[in-house]
Amino acid sequence: MTTTEKPDYKVIGTRPIRPDGVEKVTGKALYGADIHLPDLVQGAVLRSPHAHARILSIDTSAAEAMPGVLAVVTHSDLPVVADKVLDMGEGASTASDMSKNVLAADKALYRGHAIAGVAATNVHDALTAIEAIKVEYEVLTPVLNVQDAMRDDAPLLDESRHTRTPSGEESEDASNVAAHNRFEGGDVEAAYAEADVVVEREFDTKMVHQGYIEPHNGTANWNSDGTLTVWTSTQGAFAVRGALAELLQLPVSRIRVIPMEIGGGFGGKIGVYLEPVAALLSRKCGRPVQLTMDRTDVFQATGPTSGGHMKGKLAVKDGKITAAEVSLAFEAGAFPGSPVMAGAMCMLSPYEVENFKVDAYDVVVNKPKVAAYRAPGAPNASFCVEQLIDELARETGADPLQFRLSNSAREGTRMITGVAHPRIGQEETVQAAQASDHYNSPIEGPNRGRGVAGGFWFNAGMQSSVVASVNPDGTVNLIEGSTDIGGTRASLAMQLAETLGIEYDSVRPTVVDTDSVGHNDVTGGSRTAYASGQAVYEAGLDIQQQMVARAAQLWECEAEDVEYADGALRHTSDSEKTMTFAELAGKQMETGGPLQGRGSVVARSPGAAFGVHVVDVEVDPDTGKVDILRYTIAQDVGTAVHPAYVEGQMQGGVVQGIGWALNEEYYYGEDGRMENASFLDYRMPTSLDLPMIDTIIVEVPNPGHPFGVRGVGEVPIVPPLAAIANAVHDATGHRFTELPISPRRVVEELHNLQ
Amino acid sequence: MPRRTHIQTTLNGEEIDFLCEPRQSLLEVLRDELGLTGTKEGCNNGNCGACSVLMDGRVVNSCCVLGVEAEGSEVVTIEGVAEGDTLHPLQQCFLEEAALQCGVCTPGFIVAAKALLDSEPDADEARVRHWLAGNLCRCTGYDKIVRAVLKASEMEEVSA
Repeated sequence: MTTTEKPDYKVIGTRPIRPDGVEKVTGKALYGADIHLPDLVQGAVLRSPHAHARILSIDTSAAEAMPGVLAVVTHSDLPVVADKVLDMGEGASTASDMSKNVLAADKALYRGHAIAGVAATNVHDALTAIEAIKVEYEVLTPVLNVQDAMRDDAPLLDESRHTRTPSGEESEDASNVAAHNRFEGGDVEAAYAEADVVVEREFDTKMVHQGYIEPHNGTANWNSDGTLTVWTSTQGAFAVRGALAELLQLPVSRIRVIPMEIGGGFGGKIGVYLEPVAALLSRKCGRPVQLTMDRTDVFQATGPTSGGHMKGKLAVKDGKITAAEVSLAFEAGAFPGSPVMAGAMCMLSPYEVENFKVDAYDVVVNKPKVAAYRAPGAPNASFCVEQLIDELARETGADPLQFRLSNSAREGTRMITGVAHPRIGQEETVQAAQASDHYNSPIEGPNRGRGVAGGFWFNAGMQSSVVASVNPDGTVNLIEGSTDIGGTRASLAMQLAETLGIEYDSVRPTVVDTDSVGHNDVTGGSRTAYASGQAVYEAGLDIQQQMVARAAQLWECEAEDVEYADGALRHTSDSEKTMTFAELAGKQMETGGPLQGRGSVVARSPGAAFGVHVVDVEVDPDTGKVDILRYTIAQDVGTAVHPAYVEGQMQGGVVQGIGWALNEEYYYGEDGRMENASFLDYRMPTSLDLPMIDTIIVEVPNPGHPFGVRGVGEVPIVPPLAAIANAVHDATGHRFTELPISPRRVVEELHNLQ
Repeated sequence: MPRRTHIQTTLNGEEIDFLCEPRQSLLEVLRDELGLTGTKEGCNNGNCGACSVLMDGRVVNSCCVLGVEAEGSEVVTIEGVAEGDTLHPLQQCFLEEAALQCGVCTPGFIVAAKALLDSEPDADEARVRHWLAGNLCRCTGYDKIVRAVLKASEMEEVSA
């Protein structure tokens, strides 16, 4: 469905095969763990068995004396770093916290916290050696959820931490609450007093993991001249380079990060875990060192995203949402930096709400430091708000989609941050869901129900740069620095081909290392097809301009007399004078030498993404199992560059959301041990759990991008949690306010009702 | 170093031999001893299927098979699925149907799906979903993977 007339694109909107495709279906593509360097040695990391403990001493002497062991490192091998904030692209941390997370300093703050690293001639020797490291701990009481962490008498993770209050001041007493922020507008109390209906509930969610299939890896070679080369699977080679420069106190220019293929990230592969440890080990032993995590390490020491506690109170008057008061407290894990602010800023953004009061608490607990996860913070917060909206619609007898449409934000509507929406596709997206075959098909049968929910994500812009070299045969090499995590080589090559008016197959994209292209921010925030696409467009325009000048030179005319269109140059008044892109590409030597286009952008108008989901479920009252019968997602994508990859982003995000809603959770014992740190017990959806996921691509072009592209990847995970909870409510009459809506919970809660 | 065992096996149609320690998994041998890194490690305990290979025509998680167990068997990895520069219909369909995003689970899915189509070329959607339930993908939501396998099954029927 297209809502605005689209230019007649030739490449954009087609579905070509990705340039890296053959290597990935034949097993030839090299991911981080696949690299084998000459003289490479392997390592292992010792991790804390305690969720909260003071580290009294570490004795590595026995391990160092073991056969095959080449080096052992601990936090004391890291330089002291300042409290400088490192913005990694999707989430910031101080260098000091990051350093303490990479290798624990005076305290182990979660089970799995790295304590020491070992390099040995093979991984088995390294694993044996870490067991010989003697660590003396003073075990402390762990703090495992936000309610406990926020109590006045709670054990403190860091005695020197105070709360940054809404006024910007520090709290008097030390606290596990790192920050409290507030958004306030209008008069909620007056709105509640006048309301037709007010609904109020509390909600809880658990930590969940990004669940990428490839475990983290990091390979480092530290030369004696102080240069460091790192091979890693990361969403942001430049972010890794910047973090390593701070953590290791090296000049940025001395570090070269080579991005390997990446086996999924979803936000979880932006921070550094193994890379600094591998670097320290390499410096100590003088050989390249490779570290890889096993799945237990991945669960216990990377990711996840926050669980938390939420309270919401919404009011309706004459069909309009008149007030929203929401309090969100999110787990940050061991160090500050939960995505609670993002959640707070997203959850009401699809709607026009005049009176609001939103509190956001960033709370440290003895669990792994959270990392970004696809629209970080927004799914949890929407789980709260979109269920309350469902209740308001029900209580007032309104159709849930019509209710959302009546309250939809549009161009000019201010979000709670005060920022007004530019041209957005929220209304069009709700209408697309309303018009879907799914929504217009009856849902029948016992224990079945239908739910809907909406969602918003900002999308990010940030910095991108590319270089495009024109070859004498008319092909183009595109040099880019954005990790390709799901098809951006293709979507960027397509945008360059469209800009130049040449064939998609004529553009060959390559993702290069940090020495070989200008800065590129992370592949995250749904930014790559949008922002790197804008850089690619500028590189294309640069080539066009240079080609026009060169054609004018050959034709001995003014540049104004030459036009570039459809991959050819034409003299505007002499129809005899035309040249194709390839013909001029073949005349580079006689027209001024090698032809390169450059594009360098700080993209500032990402254009927000909106999604509306419709889901049908069947609940088995005996086993508690919830089956997804049918799922439809409508989403405004601006312009779908590669529609199949757009659909893939939508489907993949939905299914992660389904896992979050129905099965996935970090399950902790009282001692702070995650008891389900394997793919068997942390159960992600399989092909057997799912139907096909139907997609409706809505295209309301983003005025902030030359082709109207909006970010696509993140917003699909925002609505599923609430959509499924709303569907389960429709099926059972019971509202589930705690995730996951697992068989155990369904059976328990339905049983308790009887 | 533990004593290494001499193993003879057929790998992707070629008779080979290698030395391995008794504790080494077939996955470790393939990746670290034989340099075939197309087979991926996702969990190393049989839960994700990224390391799927065929042993005597059956799909196995190579992380749960010892290297020494390969003695006398026929092993096929992702590197042995295409014939020369001709992709297997599954590989072609995975590309055409956009059935991969990050691609790290893709070798395991293609190997597992090949085992299915080799024995059940008429497999329907329900059967494909059931068969592939041992392979985790976190990017695609499986929709396009299932479509790719069904499309490949049609191509195989045509060619049969």
